[in-house]
Amino acid sequence: MTGWLAKLRRIRALTDKETRQILRDPSSVAIGIVFPIIMILLFGYGLSLDVTRVNVAVVDQDASADSAGLVGAFRLSTYFGVTMVPSLAQATTLVMNRKVDGALLIPSDFTRRLHAGGAELQILVNGTDSNQARIMQSYAQGPVASWSARAGGASAGPVTVVDRMWFNETNNSRYFIVPGLIVMVMTVIGAFLTAMVIAREWERGTLEALFVTPMLPGEFLISKTVPYFGLGTIGFVLCVLAARFLFHVPLRGSLLMLCLAAAVYLLVALGIGLLVSTLVKSQFLASQLVLTLTFLPAMMLSGFIYDLRSMPAVVQWITYALPARYAVSLMQTLYLAGDIGGVVWLNLGILAAMAAALLAATRLATRKQLS
Amino acid sequence: MTAQAASAALQLDGVGKSFRRETGETVLALDNISFSIGKGGLAALAGPDGAGKTTLLRLLAGLMKADGGTVSVLGIDAAKDPQAIQSRISYMPQQFGLYDDLTVQENLDLYANLHGVTADEKRSEYPRLMEMTGLDPFTARLAGQLSGGMKQKLGLACTLVRSPELLLLDEPTVGVDPLSRRELWEIIHKLIKEGMTVLISTSYLDEAAACQRVLVLNEGKKLAEGPPDEVSRLAQGRTFLAQPPDGTKPRDFQARLLDEPGIIDAVPESGQVRLVSQAAWSKPGTFAGVAVKAMPERFEDGFMILLEQTGGAARTHGQTHQPQEPAIGGTRGDVVVEVRDLCRRFGKFLAVDHVSFSVKRGEIFGLLGPNGAGKTTTFRMLCGLLPASEGTLKIAATDVRQHSASARQHLGYVAQKFSLYGQLTVGENLDFFARAYGLGGGKKRERIAWALDQFKLEPFVRLPSAQLPGGFKQRLAMAAALLHRPEILFLDEPTSGADPFARREFWQRITALAATGVTVIITTHFMPEAEYCDRAAILDSGKVLAQGTPAELRAHAAGASATIEDAFVAIVQEARGKQHEGAPAGAGA
Repeated sequence: MTGWLAKLRRIRALTDKETRQILRDPSSVAIGIVFPIIMILLFGYGLSLDVTRVNVAVVDQDASADSAGLVGAFRLSTYFGVTMVPSLAQATTLVMNRKVDGALLIPSDFTRRLHAGGAELQILVNGTDSNQARIMQSYAQGPVASWSARAGGASAGPVTVVDRMWFNETNNSRYFIVPGLIVMVMTVIGAFLTAMVIAREWERGTLEALFVTPMLPGEFLISKTVPYFGLGTIGFVLCVLAARFLFHVPLRGSLLMLCLAAAVYLLVALGIGLLVSTLVKSQFLASQLVLTLTFLPAMMLSGFIYDLRSMPAVVQWITYALPARYAVSLMQTLYLAGDIGGVVWLNLGILAAMAAALLAATRLATRKQLS
Repeated sequence: MTAQAASAALQLDGVGKSFRRETGETVLALDNISFSIGKGGLAALAGPDGAGKTTLLRLLAGLMKADGGTVSVLGIDAAKDPQAIQSRISYMPQQFGLYDDLTVQENLDLYANLHGVTADEKRSEYPRLMEMTGLDPFTARLAGQLSGGMKQKLGLACTLVRSPELLLLDEPTVGVDPLSRRELWEIIHKLIKEGMTVLISTSYLDEAAACQRVLVLNEGKKLAEGPPDEVSRLAQGRTFLAQPPDGTKPRDFQARLLDEPGIIDAVPESGQVRLVSQAAWSKPGTFAGVAVKAMPERFEDGFMILLEQTGGAARTHGQTHQPQEPAIGGTRGDVVVEVRDLCRRFGKFLAVDHVSFSVKRGEIFGLLGPNGAGKTTTFRMLCGLLPASEGTLKIAATDVRQHSASARQHLGYVAQKFSLYGQLTVGENLDFFARAYGLGGGKKRERIAWALDQFKLEPFVRLPSAQLPGGFKQRLAMAAALLHRPEILFLDEPTSGADPFARREFWQRITALAATGVTVIITTHFMPEAEYCDRAAILDSGKVLAQGTPAELRAHAAGASATIEDAFVAIVQEARGKQHEGAPAGAGA
């Protein structure tokens, strides 16, 4: 038997063993298949960053035809629900008690100043939910703009404010959450599951027996990578199908690029899991470490939910060290913008370098030695 | 490389290896060890726990590198080319290296494929392995569902999927019942006959005695090397059997003799006491005022002399183990623990199956059996830690199933592996347990002072208990369990992993406690320890197979010189045989 043939047979034997263990362990199947489905449903349906109906209390101190027209514009908007209140104090109370999301004050000199060329409106929002407050602030521009366009039409000429969101015309937050979801699912399958597998062999003493065979460390690592890559692929396919058929997120880039990007990121996640598992040799510690090193940052600091540009500079620098950041950016670009050469290849290149570095480090850390 | 090294199966020259403990101190696991064995035959590594046996085997298997010296296996330098060694030898680690979630067949296939065994070779080898190990009916069973003895045989089969030039076995018989132990040895002897070289580490000295060569290690140092007879011969003319005076229990007699100057070792054996004296005794007939009979020396006797010479035995001597406590109240002979038809189910599995026994005040009662026999489960129910599924359980006339809290005041419990707080010092542990038992003020101080004195823990008061040497952990656990002066003491495998000295010292304490009227219930799978018990029950698969005095138990085996271990094997074999008759083939185990 030639050396290569023997090598392939050993890899095959180890991979078969690993696959059987995955199939017999209900928790791997749960994390590999049930978990992605829960994530898809939870984030896809449960998490929406869109503000659909903002209740505002309106105080009209001017009580003129102009102010009535403005209030009418708010009433017409699908984004606002209007409650008229007589005084500012009452409006403030409603805001404080969270009965309404904000208040609109039309001052008594509104008409006078409008004709003088500089009318002011006051918008009060409850800042405890800053995200919602900011969104509401910007939404309020809509009715105001449409009203002023109509009101000023005769004298100052029609000023049309066209507000258009690029790449996400309907401003549907699902469009950017679902591509990020692929990254989350692969992080969990890749890093979390594999973090356990080498540590488990250390804890149960099986590695000690495997070491005293002709098996080489690289063969052992390949056998740990291949089956989990397969499991990650299942999670990826589930996500892509959900994106297409449940959430109708358009894929602007090519499917081939998407698969390539997913495969590279999956290797990064597997590399992190295997490296941690090899270094700490304890299942409990490995799972804790991977949770804090990959899952939580991927959730918070990757641009999956929170916009990276609104973070403090220091935190932004940290995100450059996180593979999930590049993966989320890559997936969002591929889904919402398309195969934009520069962005895609840059992110893909960084991820590929990370995958190579992690797998190489794991290979170096895996020696057939006990201490 | 010398010609001798090339022809030797393995050779160590001045090998040293040290480790750093987590606490920062350096432990010398192996100190300048030189040892070699030729090709063919059976060699043993013998020594107490912590002697360095596992480290030595791992060096040979190329799993560790020595700090100094050379390790050569089959003529290959283990430091330079461990892979070349690993491709030619087989090694079974202590945990057997099996995958619990793979079947017997899948485990075998995995190792066969890793070793490059061809399909043709498999066809010819597998039937031979199956016949040898008796695993044939279980090929489709998951390894995790095998009994301890079966796992061990499967572990061995996995190392034998191809014929290794050298087989290394690390304590393959620890925690396995005597029956499986014998079966395993039959397999090993068969391999030796076929010309294989086997090196086995063991803390069972009778196993070491059956090998052709033996290396005796203690705390990383080599004490002896050669045929086991050479070690036995150290005890020539120094081994005797003494008959206890009428009315004295063998264990009380043994405890007294062990304190006599000039006696290195004394153990109860078949109702008498076996002695090893410091010097050859020229005047046979009497010794220390008792009639003795000269006996043929054994490996264990020589081993004890070797360890005594290194100063290991000094710690058992010069200590008085006279009862230093006033006797516990109550009449001797009262039944204090009564168990009737006790059952415990875990789902469908009956872990304890209608167990009945009763223990009288001041008795030492043993529960003997292999791992998984139901000893610990029975214990937990007795202590009210686990509810019983069925049956009666009374402790000091209190129904444990109804009033477990009040029953618990009467008992002390030393759990397997000792429940101590590793980061707390010895003093803090004792203080905590004293208060947990409701002791305070002067009473507490008095009991802690007693414990420190009685268990010789004074020098370690300020040491975190995790850093205590093994034997002292056991002492501290026992001290903690005795602070509230319980009437009944439960000990779960207290001597597991203890070296022969710690074992003897432990039993001296137990004997002294029983003399003050404390009732002791103890589990063990080390059969000779049953000789210390007044009565013992043999458990297997949750059932009591036999119970009685050590003499009554021994009577189950044929022959006047039968040991408790022989009796155990006979009893279990008979019970399992019956089970097989009633059940279809392969449904047992």
